[in-house]
Amino acid sequence: MGSKKFLLGIFGDEDILLNGVPQIREKGIKIHDVFTPFPIHGLDTVMGLRESKLHIGGFIYGITGTSIALGFITWANTFDWRVNFGGKPFWALPAYIPITFELTVLCASAGMVATFMYLCRLAPGVQKHIMDLRQTDDKMVVAIEVDEHSDEASITNILKQSGAEEVNTKVIEDWYKYKLG
Amino acid sequence: MSFKESSLREPLVEGNKSYGDVTHDITNSIFGKPTKEWYIVFGISVALLLYGMFCVTYFVYYGIGTWGSNKTVGWAWDITNFVWWIGIGHAGTLISAILLLFRQKWRTGVNRAAEAMTIFAVMCAGVFPVLHMGRVWMGFFILPYPNTRGPLWPNFVSPLLWDVFAISTYFSVSLMFWYTGLIPDIATIRDKAKKIWQQKFYGVLSFGWTGSAKHWQRHESLSLVLAGLSTPLVLSVHTIVSFDFATSVIPGWHTTIFPPYFVAGAVFSGFAMVQTLMLMTRKLLRLEEYITLSHIDSMNRIITLTGSIVGCAYLTELFTAWYSGSLYEQYAFMNRALGPYWWSYWGMMLCNVVSPQLFWSKKLRTSVFWTFFISIVVNIGMWFERFVIIVTSLHRDYLPSSWSMFSPTWVDIGFYLGTFGLFFTLYLLFAKYFPVVAVAEIKHVLKVTGNTPNREADLKQILDKEASVDAA
Repeated sequence: MGSKKFLLGIFGDEDILLNGVPQIREKGIKIHDVFTPFPIHGLDTVMGLRESKLHIGGFIYGITGTSIALGFITWANTFDWRVNFGGKPFWALPAYIPITFELTVLCASAGMVATFMYLCRLAPGVQKHIMDLRQTDDKMVVAIEVDEHSDEASITNILKQSGAEEVNTKVIEDWYKYKLG
Repeated sequence: MSFKESSLREPLVEGNKSYGDVTHDITNSIFGKPTKEWYIVFGISVALLLYGMFCVTYFVYYGIGTWGSNKTVGWAWDITNFVWWIGIGHAGTLISAILLLFRQKWRTGVNRAAEAMTIFAVMCAGVFPVLHMGRVWMGFFILPYPNTRGPLWPNFVSPLLWDVFAISTYFSVSLMFWYTGLIPDIATIRDKAKKIWQQKFYGVLSFGWTGSAKHWQRHESLSLVLAGLSTPLVLSVHTIVSFDFATSVIPGWHTTIFPPYFVAGAVFSGFAMVQTLMLMTRKLLRLEEYITLSHIDSMNRIITLTGSIVGCAYLTELFTAWYSGSLYEQYAFMNRALGPYWWSYWGMMLCNVVSPQLFWSKKLRTSVFWTFFISIVVNIGMWFERFVIIVTSLHRDYLPSSWSMFSPTWVDIGFYLGTFGLFFTLYLLFAKYFPVVAVAEIKHVLKVTGNTPNREADLKQILDKEASVDAA
């Protein structure tokens, strides 16, 4: 046990893939994932993926940065250690803007990148199962998980009909060792 | 693809490439042994870097007196070189962020290398202010950390501290933006690699990227937001650098035009450096089909635009100095143009104002030789600009008794050469071991902007139609 079996529909063209994916889904076949060498606009929609909410995270991280910067500088300059610069106000908001802005951008970017890495389970040295080595080169791979109850012949047929150049079988032994996708 | 581009536009990828060709052409040089030219240039760069490190060690041991800076010219080559390198570091983020938001597809050919250049240039820039602190081991004093001196906080209303935040944010964000873009391309190399060490090395660096649809969706979302964040960031960085001068009360520095003028100058010099590097890279790595003359043309247009803005700023400064009625201000500018450092002023005018105007000619704009030549001239000119602003504004103080001149010592020169060594060492390592052109992004636009048979047929149809209209 511990092995998973996939049927891989190999596509060579993004337009054929975009037409093919809805056809596969219409037949009631669940697509495990589609692996592509470059981003294909519209693929997430035809696969029925939810929209990414990453940008909302970015906003929250950004606001956090703004608050930290404004709050800390305000506290340091008006409460903790007042320094009189020629009678100018202690709370000099315009002069706080540059650091506030920089910290907003820094927190938003760093937070979003960290969230992205976490959601996609990306980190230095992480290993994952690769369905087909060409999926980072020139082919798009539609992976469909099959078990003993699935009708592999008809799935193969549907993949071919929706434009797959070839259909391969991939058995992943000890699939739990690494991440899938 | 959901959009179609006019076939009348010049293709951005020449030579009817398939996706496989793109991967092969760009990643092939990574797997082979470096060429002889690469070893020679790399050797020179490492030698410069080692000499620079020797000068830094000498400087740290003996102190800041080993520089040519003196009581009157307290800021000289260090800050000149700092601003120069930071300016160069502006093109990368401009290309990757602002041009992404403007949907300029030609950026895909040059963005990766330009971003790498940005990161290396910012590293070179950082060397100068950090070491100018003198006691560099006390450098952490600039950070707001709870300390035993009160706690005494850094001066949050000082432009010098804003600079600390601006430069470090800029470096971090550029690095993250660059690396997240690089991850899918490193995965491509990992899956192409034959040697075990290459599979391992790129395997670790690829972070386990597979190209899953959901990951691409998040990747796209991330890139867009990072671009949106980097756009004001890149403008803010040089604005804040210019505040170092503009918020002072030195004649010639205390001008409100500085922020836009510095930003335009930064983009100007940054693109010049991108041209210098890209022309060499495309030649050495045989990437002429990806970094085409049309890319070079586009960048030269930006050089002409920003060069003209810089030229306008120089003239505005002169006019404002005269119009202000302030004797000190007027003298500062008279001294720049006609004083002992007249050669740097006119060198700057010639290199920055006159030379980019040559690019109004399409022939020069699309000529590799002229582009390379002018890119070098602009780099020199922008260095002169910073030298003019800094040294000529300082060397004649309010008190004639404290007037002085500045000349660099061998340590000053060694520092500058050392940063060249650092920059080119890193760039050469990057160009050899990483994809200099964004593989996935090129594939993404290949069907729209590549020179495919479809496009050629389309173009023929349009031209035939025009010919028949003309005939009628």
